[in-house]
Amino acid sequence: MSKFLEAIQENRKSILQDWVQRLKSVDRRRDLLDDRELDTDAKNVLSAIADVPAGTLPEDLNAAGWQPLKELLTNLSVSRAAKGFTPSETAIFVLSLKPSLFTVARQQWGKDAGELFLEISAINDYVDKLALHTTDSYIHGRDQVIARQQEEMLELSTPVVTLWDGIVALPLIGTLDSARTQVVMESLLQAIVQTNSRFAIIDITGVPTVDTLVAQHLLKTITAARLMGAECILSGIRPQIAQTIVHLGINLEDVITKSKLADAFRLALERSGRKVVRVDKSNGANTTSPRGV
Amino acid sequence: MERIPILRMGNYLLVTIQVDMHDKLALTLQDDLTNRIIEANAKGVLIDISSLEIVDSFIGRTLANIASMARVLDAETVVVGMQPAVAITLVELGMSLPGIRTALNVESGMEYLRETVEDHEESDGDFGDSTED
Amino acid sequence: MAISGTVQKTETVPIVSSSDVVLVRQRVRIWTTEMKFSLVEQTKIVTAASELGRNTLEHGGGGSLELALVVNGARQGLRLRFSDKGPGIVDIALAMKDGYTTGSGLGLGLGGSKRLMNEFEIDTKPGDGTTITTIRWK
Repeated sequence: MSKFLEAIQENRKSILQDWVQRLKSVDRRRDLLDDRELDTDAKNVLSAIADVPAGTLPEDLNAAGWQPLKELLTNLSVSRAAKGFTPSETAIFVLSLKPSLFTVARQQWGKDAGELFLEISAINDYVDKLALHTTDSYIHGRDQVIARQQEEMLELSTPVVTLWDGIVALPLIGTLDSARTQVVMESLLQAIVQTNSRFAIIDITGVPTVDTLVAQHLLKTITAARLMGAECILSGIRPQIAQTIVHLGINLEDVITKSKLADAFRLALERSGRKVVRVDKSNGANTTSPRGV
Repeated sequence: MERIPILRMGNYLLVTIQVDMHDKLALTLQDDLTNRIIEANAKGVLIDISSLEIVDSFIGRTLANIASMARVLDAETVVVGMQPAVAITLVELGMSLPGIRTALNVESGMEYLRETVEDHEESDGDFGDSTED
Repeated sequence: MAISGTVQKTETVPIVSSSDVVLVRQRVRIWTTEMKFSLVEQTKIVTAASELGRNTLEHGGGGSLELALVVNGARQGLRLRFSDKGPGIVDIALAMKDGYTTGSGLGLGLGGSKRLMNEFEIDTKPGDGTTITTIRWK
């Protein structure tokens, strides 16, 4: 059984001083974390190590006594991940505790080589485990950030807008993959029902490439909309996409396509019995005026 | 025997499917509808499926058959109110029901029927009198 | 095959008449709702169950459906297993093809329901019945 934990409890002041000094020489990210925060972090971690209930073994990090320390390290790495620290910068914070502990070990057991070796290897193991835990938490924190951003992007990426009474448009931007197309499809069909729209314009000006899979997804959306009683118009097909579509042998013959969103909108207006007319300004009134003459 | 009610509104027949149909019930509906088209001299059939939670290949085929049979009997069919989830599933299943006219709801379905049936009557206007009663 | 996982809960529904296919749809709907599948996913699973249930009835001469909640690691899935003691399928590849049918349907049942589910497996011997196992993961 190792005794270094007692040594830490007895020498916590000097260890803290030594550790913080080391951190300040290594840790060059003052832009992200100021000295005072660093002091507090170090002090909290060291207290969590030193203040474990008597009988808690450093060999077993799963023991209940280590729980507060682990939680502290988890929060610390999650917050550092959010601040923009790299994984190694986060791990070094814990790893740099090693030399400080080694110094204490030498003072205590320096005369007995055998004992010194035992304690040093125990300290080594212990700090490594803490560093691993820190790295794991860091990655977990990152994953959470990524997952949240993905969700936010999915929401952002499907803005169904109402152009006119009974005409909705879905301007698509970016690459369409299977998961995103599913979301796009569902929100468009939902919007058709909610707004009671007979026409839906899918604009793909912002979609860089169209492969067979994307084209199939688009076709499925258009067919589903038709089954519900709405008509889809595909607009914003760029020249190179038109070429790809033909080369891939994708059949878009049953789909109404227009090169510009404006053309698609005009078509939808016409099909719903409306017309866009330029108001004659010289007359000072619109086309209804002749009646009054 | 269990039956799906068919309502008559002037020249049109109106069916609202509200129960989860088993296959025999769907076939009964197909029989009843074709009979009623003749009896009522109907020019249009409107089938409201907005309460249907699923349309599988059998129900889909029954709807397509009704539309084809009605056409032979000189009546237009429009299927209205298909739910988005149902539409997505049907497409994934491989059924696009190309022969079926659809509309978002009963209102636009009736509008469609009125337009097409009127066009139809205008085009063979010589017999226009016989359709009014 | 990848159809695996720990079974946590099961229920069996007999399929002997056309109204049992409706019962199959209702039971599957309740399970998918309890497992909190999205509405579109629910609709896909119920539709696949309807197709396969009808297949069991018409081609297998009746049989049963076993619903099961399977857990594989962090994933949860709904497993549907349709079994019958019918004549079996001679050519599986042909039976899976869209448009192929020996019955009165459109021939979309097997191929179509495979597209609606994540995993799909047919175990059949001519003259010795058919078991179709399919899973949709959450």
